[in-house]
Amino acid sequence: MLENITLSFQGIWAHKMRSFLTMLGIIIGIASIITIVSTIKGTNEQIKEDLIGSGNNVVDVTLKQDNTTYEMGYGGLPEGVSVISEKTRKTLEKLEGVKEVSLYRKRTWSENVFYRNTQYSGALYGIDTHYFSVNGYVLDYGRGFTDFDNRTFHKCAIVDTATSSSLFGGENPVGKVIEINKEPFVVIGVAGKLQNSGPKITTVQEYQTYAGNSSGSIFIPIDDWPIAYQYDEPQMVSVKADSTDDMTKAGKNVADALSVSQMKTGSKFSYAADDLLKRATQMQNLSSATNRQLLWIAGISLLVGGIGVMNIMLVSVTERTKEIGLKKAIGAKRKRILAQFLTEAAVLTSLGGLIGVGSGIGFSQVFSNVMGTRAAVSIPACIIAVAFSMAIGIIFGLLPAVKASNLNPIDALRSE
Amino acid sequence: MILEMTNINKDYPMGKSILHVLKNVNLTVMEKDYIAIMGPSGSGKTTLMNLIGCLDVPTSGTYMLGNRNIGTCSDNQLAEVRNKEIGFVFQSFHLLPKMTALDNVAMPLLFAGVKKKERRERAAEALKIVGLEDRMTFLPDQLSGGQCQRVAIARAIVGKPRLLLADEPTGALDSVSGKQVMQLFRELHDSGSTIIMITHDANIAKQADTMYTIFDGVLSGGEEQVE
Ligand SMILES: Nc1ncnc2c1ncn2[C@@H]1O[C@H](COP(=O)(O)OP(=O)(O)OP(=O)(O)O)[C@@H](O)[C@H]1O
Ligand SMILES: [Mg+2]
Repeated sequence: MLENITLSFQGIWAHKMRSFLTMLGIIIGIASIITIVSTIKGTNEQIKEDLIGSGNNVVDVTLKQDNTTYEMGYGGLPEGVSVISEKTRKTLEKLEGVKEVSLYRKRTWSENVFYRNTQYSGALYGIDTHYFSVNGYVLDYGRGFTDFDNRTFHKCAIVDTATSSSLFGGENPVGKVIEINKEPFVVIGVAGKLQNSGPKITTVQEYQTYAGNSSGSIFIPIDDWPIAYQYDEPQMVSVKADSTDDMTKAGKNVADALSVSQMKTGSKFSYAADDLLKRATQMQNLSSATNRQLLWIAGISLLVGGIGVMNIMLVSVTERTKEIGLKKAIGAKRKRILAQFLTEAAVLTSLGGLIGVGSGIGFSQVFSNVMGTRAAVSIPACIIAVAFSMAIGIIFGLLPAVKASNLNPIDALRSE
Repeated sequence: MILEMTNINKDYPMGKSILHVLKNVNLTVMEKDYIAIMGPSGSGKTTLMNLIGCLDVPTSGTYMLGNRNIGTCSDNQLAEVRNKEIGFVFQSFHLLPKMTALDNVAMPLLFAGVKKKERRERAAEALKIVGLEDRMTFLPDQLSGGQCQRVAIARAIVGKPRLLLADEPTGALDSVSGKQVMQLFRELHDSGSTIIMITHDANIAKQADTMYTIFDGVLSGGEEQVE
């Protein structure tokens, strides 16, 4: 066997040009497949990161009324829904897959927020002390909220970097006073999001999903919410999962627990998790489906490559009729001749496969640079590609090999 | 007894008619015989040789090689017989051009499943017998015609077969290298080989101990030649 393989390599080397041209179909086919697969994988990773935010792993659990999102802002708690206590929050953190839980209230469009005479248009959040750590905010200046701020209903606020520039121009917001529903709140800090911790907004659809974030956010202690809005409103929950793969589970666990603990049975209200992972998978499937059609085309080029291999192997059998005849005359059995030609075809196409994988990886890098998409090399795909090329060699080498092994040694020796 | 052919016929279908190439051939070969078969072109010499060498099977008649009935052998068994019992020398050498002399000689041993180290040793030994121990790594196109034929003879004897078959072994050689090759066969015979040689050269046939002639597919003769 090893002997056959080395002989095959010698044969390929002896006809470098011809071997290369024969392999070309396989090389092109495998290279396209690797390029497509790398692009699919890269795009999928990109989608997942864009939507979920790498390393952040946050799922929002929001209140639903009849399974649609409950719109805050009508004042007060809806009938049959209770405020989530700190004790409940702590028990949520013990659920499987959950790392940290933050409670907050939110107005996507806040009215009646002013700095001097400038009206603020952006989101207003009432947040607990876990919110920044869960959602990946860091303080640029000033300080964050403490339990003391919450307990004493200290009227203070933190603005994000977007608000800092839009509302305060170039000034340092720390120490300035803003008015929320006529109540003065002193700005104690400026916070920014850690890079990569938030979803990247690239489409209108995504923009709508995350509207509010881009036009700025103002945060106040969650316990100050009734000061600004007169009522206790239902809380929303940000859940940081242990890992990206835990997000769905963590979100569901928290939502289920809250749906039990916060409402009466049979209530039309419930808590539900935004399943970003599921949405990511849906988007991935959509983009993979289009790319998968390309795989068929690449498959056809492999088929053509295989036929090319068969053709050349048939030529090779004819050329080497004398060699085959001599070998059979001095005692080579059919099996040996069969194995020799099959090995030769398999070595040829495997080599083509290897070169194809190499150029496919190269192409996908070039492609991703040119098109601005991402490419990720999939090791299993590379291994399968080489194995598949080998299989092509064996399948398309079979006919020539059988032909060779069936040669009659007398006829073969006589051929000049 | 090495082989015994009884009433061997070989026909080739030629379109609608049938060509009778060998007609009721009887041939017995004993240990250490040195036989020459002579005949004009197209008389059926090579056809007979192919039958003796188990490259082909007769249309009718029985062929016993040792105590094996060749007529009942499978393809694989015939391959094994060719590999172990018979050494072929062809008019046009039939060396593989991309292999060295040593690898060409070792090839029958490869098919016999002999280990690489032993193959090389035995091939080198065979090359020494034909006087080419200093040409082991040469490729066929780096050797003269006579040397090529000696490499082919080394390949034929490397497996220590019971029977050496040579079909016009000097046909492609000039008279000097032809004589060398014939000398080699003489020596092989003296050291115990059984040889069947086909030729249409009477001078060469004279060297053999027994001579047959074949005319139009009919074999005759078999008397020992006295010098
Ligand atoms: N495969 C075949 N099919 C049909 N006819 C064949 C075949 N092989 C040989 N013959 C015929 O058999 C006859 C004998 O051929 P063979 O090759 O045995 O002659 P030969 O005595 O070896 O001649 P030469 O001295 O020229 O080599 C010829 O007429 C040839 O045409
Ligand atoms: Mg002949």
